[in-house]
Amino acid sequence: MKFSARSLFANALTGHKNWPEQFPDKEPEKQYDVIIVGAGGHGLGAAYYLAKKYGIRNVAVIEKGWLGGGNTGRNTTVIRSNYLYDESAAIYDHSVDLWDGLSQELNYNTMFSKRGVLMLAHNIHDVQSFQRHIHANRLNGVDNQWLSREDCKAFLPILDISERPHYPVLGGALQMRAGTARHDSVAWGYARAASQIGVDIIQNCAVTGIRRSKDGAVTGVETEKGFIKANKIAVSAAGHSAVVMAMAGLRFPLESYPLQALVSEPVKPVMPCVVMSNAVHAYISQSDKGELVIGAGTDQYTSYSQRGALHILEHTLMSICELFPIFKRMRMLRSWAGIVDVTPDRSPILGKTPIEGLYVNCGWGTGGFKATPGAADLLAYTIAHDEPHKINAPFNLDRFTGGRLIDEAAAAAVAH
Amino acid sequence: MTTDQPNPYRLSDSGTRQISFTFDGKTYQGREGDTLASALLANGVHLMGRSFKYHRPRGVLGSGSEEPNALVSFDRGAGRVTPNVRATTLELYDGLVANSQNRWPSLKRDVGAFNNTFSMFFPAGFYNKTFMWPRSFWDKVYEPFIRSMAGLGLAPTKPDPDVYASTYGHCDTLIVGAGPAGLAAALAASKTDNRVILVDENPALGGSLLSSEKASIDGASITDWLAQTEQALRQAKNVTILTRTTAIGYYHDNFIALAERLTDHLADAEIGQSRERLHRIRSDKVILAQGAIERPLVFHGNDLPGIMLASAAQTFLNRYGTAVGYEVAVFTSHDSAYGAAFDLHDAGVHVPVIIEARTDIDADLRDSAAARGIEIVLAAAVSNCFGKWRINALELYTPINGKTRRIKCDALLMCGGWTPSLHLWSHSKSSIKWDDKIDAFVPGKANENASCVGACNGDFGLQTALEAGGRVAGGEATYTVSEVPFGRGETFRSLPNYKDVSKQKAFVDFQNDATEKDISLAVREGFSSIEHVKRYTTIGMATDQGKTSNLNAMQIASVAVKKSVQEVGLTTFRPPYTPTTFGALAGYRSGDLFEVERKTSIDSWAAENDAVFEPVSIWRRARYFPNGSEDMHAAVARECKATRTSLGIFDASTLGKIEIVGPDAAKFMNLMYTNPWAKLAVGRCRYGLMLREDGYIYDDGVVGRMAEDRFHVTTTTGGAPRVFRHMEDYLQSEFPELDVWLTSTTEQWAVIALNGPNARKLIAPFIDGIDLSPDAFPHMAVREGKIFGIETRLFRVSFSGELGFEVNVPAHYGRAVWEALFEAGAEYGIVPYGTEAMHVLRAEKGFIIVGQDTDGTVTPQDAGMSWAVSKKKKDFVGKRSLMRSDIVANGRRQLVGLLTVDPNVVLEEGAQIVADPDQPIPMDMIGHVTSSYWSETLGRSIAMAVVKGGFDLEGKTIFVPMPGTTHSAKVCNPVFYDPDGERLNVG
Amino acid sequence: MFLIHCPYCDEDRPEIEFSYAGEAHIARPQNADAISDAEWSEYLFIRENKRGIHCERWWHTNGCNRFFNAVRNTVTDKFIMTYEMGEPRPTPEEIEAARDDD
Repeated sequence: MKFSARSLFANALTGHKNWPEQFPDKEPEKQYDVIIVGAGGHGLGAAYYLAKKYGIRNVAVIEKGWLGGGNTGRNTTVIRSNYLYDESAAIYDHSVDLWDGLSQELNYNTMFSKRGVLMLAHNIHDVQSFQRHIHANRLNGVDNQWLSREDCKAFLPILDISERPHYPVLGGALQMRAGTARHDSVAWGYARAASQIGVDIIQNCAVTGIRRSKDGAVTGVETEKGFIKANKIAVSAAGHSAVVMAMAGLRFPLESYPLQALVSEPVKPVMPCVVMSNAVHAYISQSDKGELVIGAGTDQYTSYSQRGALHILEHTLMSICELFPIFKRMRMLRSWAGIVDVTPDRSPILGKTPIEGLYVNCGWGTGGFKATPGAADLLAYTIAHDEPHKINAPFNLDRFTGGRLIDEAAAAAVAH
Repeated sequence: MTTDQPNPYRLSDSGTRQISFTFDGKTYQGREGDTLASALLANGVHLMGRSFKYHRPRGVLGSGSEEPNALVSFDRGAGRVTPNVRATTLELYDGLVANSQNRWPSLKRDVGAFNNTFSMFFPAGFYNKTFMWPRSFWDKVYEPFIRSMAGLGLAPTKPDPDVYASTYGHCDTLIVGAGPAGLAAALAASKTDNRVILVDENPALGGSLLSSEKASIDGASITDWLAQTEQALRQAKNVTILTRTTAIGYYHDNFIALAERLTDHLADAEIGQSRERLHRIRSDKVILAQGAIERPLVFHGNDLPGIMLASAAQTFLNRYGTAVGYEVAVFTSHDSAYGAAFDLHDAGVHVPVIIEARTDIDADLRDSAAARGIEIVLAAAVSNCFGKWRINALELYTPINGKTRRIKCDALLMCGGWTPSLHLWSHSKSSIKWDDKIDAFVPGKANENASCVGACNGDFGLQTALEAGGRVAGGEATYTVSEVPFGRGETFRSLPNYKDVSKQKAFVDFQNDATEKDISLAVREGFSSIEHVKRYTTIGMATDQGKTSNLNAMQIASVAVKKSVQEVGLTTFRPPYTPTTFGALAGYRSGDLFEVERKTSIDSWAAENDAVFEPVSIWRRARYFPNGSEDMHAAVARECKATRTSLGIFDASTLGKIEIVGPDAAKFMNLMYTNPWAKLAVGRCRYGLMLREDGYIYDDGVVGRMAEDRFHVTTTTGGAPRVFRHMEDYLQSEFPELDVWLTSTTEQWAVIALNGPNARKLIAPFIDGIDLSPDAFPHMAVREGKIFGIETRLFRVSFSGELGFEVNVPAHYGRAVWEALFEAGAEYGIVPYGTEAMHVLRAEKGFIIVGQDTDGTVTPQDAGMSWAVSKKKKDFVGKRSLMRSDIVANGRRQLVGLLTVDPNVVLEEGAQIVADPDQPIPMDMIGHVTSSYWSETLGRSIAMAVVKGGFDLEGKTIFVPMPGTTHSAKVCNPVFYDPDGERLNVG
Repeated sequence: MFLIHCPYCDEDRPEIEFSYAGEAHIARPQNADAISDAEWSEYLFIRENKRGIHCERWWHTNGCNRFFNAVRNTVTDKFIMTYEMGEPRPTPEEIEAARDDD
C-alpha cells in the first residue's frame, strides 16, 4: 500500500485496520544470492539498492536483534558532508545527494531536515582549519560557508557570542544542505521498501559462523536458525564488525568503543540548526519532537557493553552549558550508549576483503548515520560488480598496509 | 462541600501555615507542605496541563515523580524558568508562580486541541506516511508546523543565574529509598560500623508510609514511628541522610549518581546558593528500596482530569489532607485500591461504587465495603467517561448482561496492579525475571554487590518490607505491624467494552497520547519487537519514561504478537531515573571554572603591559603587544622589525620540557627521535624530530645534552602531555631494559627567549660562570651558570634566525628575571613580542610549526626534513613506516615556500592550491597553504604550503582560486630570509 | 566509572586516575626492516577487538605513572585481573579461575 495523505485518510475511515505489515519478518530460505549481515540502515539500504538498482533480489538481511536497533537507532542523526579530503567529501556528499529525495524514493518520510549544521570556531587554529575545509569544499562543489561571529548570531540568535574567557565564538562554518533525519524511519523505510521488492529480512537470528570452501571463497553463514547458503556475503555490523569478520578468519584494524548520547525533555522550538563544537567537544540539535539531542564523547576503553560512564556525560553537558548558558535548567531525560567501530584513520572500510565473496562496510566510527544512503548504495554497487565504485575505492583495507590513510582527524591537528 | 473556605477540598489541615501561589495568573491559597498538585486539588482544580500530541486536557495521574500529565513551567524570574516540572513534586512556597504548558492561548482555550478532533488521522507513525509531497514543503511548511505543535514547555530564554555543585562520596552501604524497607535497612545498618548513606527523592522520609494512615508499627502510629526512626538515624554518626535527592543512575562498579535539589523549595532561593548538587557515590554495597508504582487501567476515556491512580488519591488524602473529589468512584483489578476507597470514605468522601474487573474478591474486602455501604460491582468495567475539564460521570458496563449504567462522580480512581521499580537495578545490568504471581518483572541475578528489598523486589506489604529491609542490612529485626493487607490482583490485558475498538481512546502512555490502538497498529504493521513498539508508538519515551505505562504496553503487545510476556520482554531502562538538570551534571565547571587556564610566571607582566592574548592548547599566551591604538598588523610589523634589527624578548615558558636521565638516556633518545644522539657532545643542542610509529611527524623541539646521562628535552606547547605519555609508554612497555627516568619539568622552568643582534650584549653583564664568546658558546649550545645570581640553563638557540638565547630559570624567578632583562634592554630598544611575531619570524626562516605546517599526515621527507632522520640508526619509533610503499611513492604532498606574483597579496591560510585554475568544479586540488604572513622584513607576503610533488615544482607557478579571484604564486624554497644563516652570528 | 586495581599501588582506584592504553601483548617487531609492509601494518593497526576476555594496558596517569596489564570482559566491562608490565599473558585457565562474572 502506497503511503500518502490520501491513504492515511482512507485508512483513518476504516480505523487503521487495513495497513499491511511494513516489513514482514521472514524465516530464512536455504539459499540467497547475497546475504547481508546486520539490519541497520546501512545493511537494509544495501539490500534495497541491490534489489532496486542492481536487479539482485534474492537477498537476505540477517540481524542478531531487531532491525535498526544498533547504532542506527542510537545516534544523534547529524548529516553533513563538509569533509576536508576529496575522498571523504565525495563519499559523504554522495550520501547527502541521496538523502535529498530519500523520502520520496522510499515512499517513507525519513524526515531529512536541511536545517544546517553550524560548526563553531573558538580559536585561531579552528579558524584556520575551517578555512581549509571551506576552501577545499568550495573547489569540490560541496556546500560550506564561513560565518563571522555576528553572522553566527544572526543565524542562531540564542548563541552567546560574548568575549568569554574560554571558547569564545570567533565564527563558524555552515553547511546549509546538512541537517538531521529521523533515525528509526530510515531503517524502517529501507526495510519496507526492500521487503516490497523481495528482500527477506530475518531478525533475531545471530550469525555464528561464516563457512568457506576449500579454495577460500565464502559459501554461506551459520546462524541460530541454521546454515544459509550464499556466495556473496556482506558484513555491515557496525560495532560488531570485527567479531563477524573474525568468523571468516580475518583480523581487522578496528576497535569498538562506547559512544554515549542523551536527550533533554521536549520543549518548543529553540534550536533551529545543528551546532557542533569540536574544541569544546559538544554537538546539539533539536528533534522534531522537541528534545535537545546531544552527542557525547566516547569512553576511553573498548567495550561491547552498550554502557558508558557518567563523567563522559558530565563533561558533555558542561560544554553544552558553557556554549548555551540558557540550557542549564533544561533536564536530561534519557541517556544511552552505542558501540562504534573505529579504524586507525577514523575513515570507513567499504569494499572487498581478501576473501572471495566477502564484502565489508565498517569503521564509520561516530559518523556512520550521515553516510547511510551513500554507504548502502556503494556497498550494493561493490557486491553487484564485485569491484568497488570509484567513490569507495579509496576506502579499501589495503590503505593500512601502504600508508595511504584518509585521516580527517589528523588533518584537524591541534597546533600550539 | 463548602465553598467559602479557601481550600474547598481540604479535609484536614496539617496545622501548617497558609500560603498563596499563582497558577496561570490566578492566585490561590495552599498550605506549607503542599505540592503544587495537592494545593490545586485542594482548590478543586484538576485541569493542569495538555497532552503532548493531541493536546487533550489532563489532570494528575499520580502523586509523585511518576507523573506523566501535570507538567508545568516553574517560574522564579528571569533565567530561572524551568519547563516540564511535575506539579506533583513541585513543593509549594509562599509566592510560587507556575504556568501550564503546551497550550495557546490558554489552558482551556487551546488551539492545538484540534489535533484531538482529527486524531484519527494522526495514529502512531503517521508522520512516516505523509508530508512527502510536494517535496519542498517538508523543510518550509510541514516540519516547522510539526515542530511548533510538538515540544512541551518553553525553553528558558535567559542564562541561568544559579550555580550548581558537585561532590564525590564513599560509603559502605548506600540505601536508595526511605520507605519502610529502606528505613528498616538504614536502622539495621546504623547499628554496624558501616558508613551509610540513605537517599530519598521526597522532602520527607517515609515513602509509602506517608500515605498510609491506618497502620501501626511496634505499637506506634506511623507518624510516631517515623519520628522515632528519623531521630535514631539522624543521631547515628555513621548515617548520612539525603532527602530531595534522586538516585538517577547506577554505573559500573557500584558507582551511583545522586541529584540533590537544594533550593527549589525555598521561597527565597538566593542566587549564589547552590541550586542542586550532584553526588557521585562509590558504595561497597547498594540496597535498592525504591518501591513500586501503581499501574493505570487501560479503558476508553481513562485520561480525563479527575481520573487518577488510587494510590495517588490516597496520598493526596493522607499526606496532604486533600480530597480529590467528594464523589469518588473506583475501578480496579487489585485489592490495594480498596484501601484508598475506604480511607476516602472514612474521611467523609462519598464512594458511589467500586467497579471490580475481577469476577471475585476476598470476603474481607466485600464485608468492609458493605460495612461502609459502598457498592461493589464485580466483573465490570468503565466503558466511558464524561465531562470536559473534569470527569462528572462514568459509564459502568457489565459484559455478562451487556448492560450499562451511568454513575455520577467527580473523580475516578483506578488500579491495575503494581510495577516494582527496577530502574536502577537494570541500569546496573542486573537481570530481571517475570513473576506470574504479581504479573510483573522482579529482580533476577545481581551484577553488582546490590540487593532489592521491599516492593521493588516484588515483596509487598509493610511487615514484609520492614523485615526484608532489616535483614538485607545484616539486622535480625522483627516488627509487630498492624496493617491493611496489601492483597493481590489480576492483570487484564484488555478490558471489556461494547464499543468498537477503533472508536475507543484507551490511553497507555498518557503524556505521549499513545493508546491501546496504537500498539495494535504497530504490531499489525510488523513492529513486533517491544523496542520497535516503543519507538513506533513512542510509549515510554515521554518525560516519565514509561513509569506508569511500560508494563501495560508490554502486556498489550504480548497479546497482539501472540507471545508470552517473558518473550516480549521489557525495553531497556535508561538513566536518569527522573529528568536531571543539565546544570547539576555540569556542576561548578562553568565560566572561569570551565577549564584550567594555564598561565606562565611572566603572564602577569604581559597582562599589565596590554598584551592581547590567545589560547594555545590550555595555555594563555600573549599574541602581540599593541602600542596604544595599534592594530595587530602594525604591532607585529614593529615587533618583527625590532627583533631583526636590535632585540626582542619573548616568553617561551609554555614549551613542554622533559628531563631524560640515566645511563641509557642516549639510547632512549635514539629510539624516540629520528635524529642521532650518541655523538651529541655534552653542552650541545640538537633539533629533535619525533614520529609516531606510523611514520608521521608527532612533535619537535630542541634538545640539550646537559651531561652524558642527562638530556633537557623541549616539546611543543600543546604536545607536552602526549609526548610524555608516548615516551613513558615506550620506556615501560617496549624498552623496559633501558635504565632511564623521565620527569616532566615544564612547570619548573620559566623560559625567556631573547632574539636579535643585541641579545648577547644584553645578557653579558648579568651572566656568571658562562663564557658567552661565540667560540666558547656557539649556536646550538647549552651552558649552566647564573643570571642575576640565579641558576640558569642558558641555551643558544634561535627560532627567529637572529642571534638568540633562551634563558631558563626556575619558574618562580621568571617574572623577576624578565623584568630585569627588560629594564636593562631599554638601551637597545628592547621590544616584547608575542606568538604572532614569533610565527612570522620563524616562517621567514622556513621553520615549521608542527600542527600547522604538518597535520598528522606529513612525514619528515614530506616536510623536507630528511636531514633530521638518521640513516645509520638501526631503529627508532616510526622508522619502518617510512619505508611503506605509499610513503615512498611519488606524488606526496611536500612542504614548499610560495611567493605570490603580487607581493601585496597575503594568501589565506587553508586556501587550496590547483595547477589549472580554469578547470571545472570539482577541481583537482594539489595542496594547501599552511602558513601565510606579511613579512615586514622582506616587504612582501610569504607563505608555506604543502603541494603534491612540490619539491619538483620549484620555480613553477601554481594557483589559488578564491571566491571572485584567483591568485598565482611561484613555488620556492621555504627559507625566505638569510638562507645561509649568517644572521645567527651578527651581534 | 570503573574501579581499577593498580598492581603497582595495590589499590582500587577510580577510572579517572587512569588512561586506557590499548590492547596488551602486542610485540613490537624486532626485525622491522626484514618484514613486509603487510606484516608491519599488522603490528601497527590490527587489533583483536575481542568481544569477551580482553588483555589490555592501562596507565596510572594520575597515580604511580606505571603502565600495567589488565584482563577485562568487554561484554560485562568487569575486570578479571590486573598484572605488572612484562608478566606473561595469563592462560585461559588462570583467567577462568579468576573470573567472578559470567
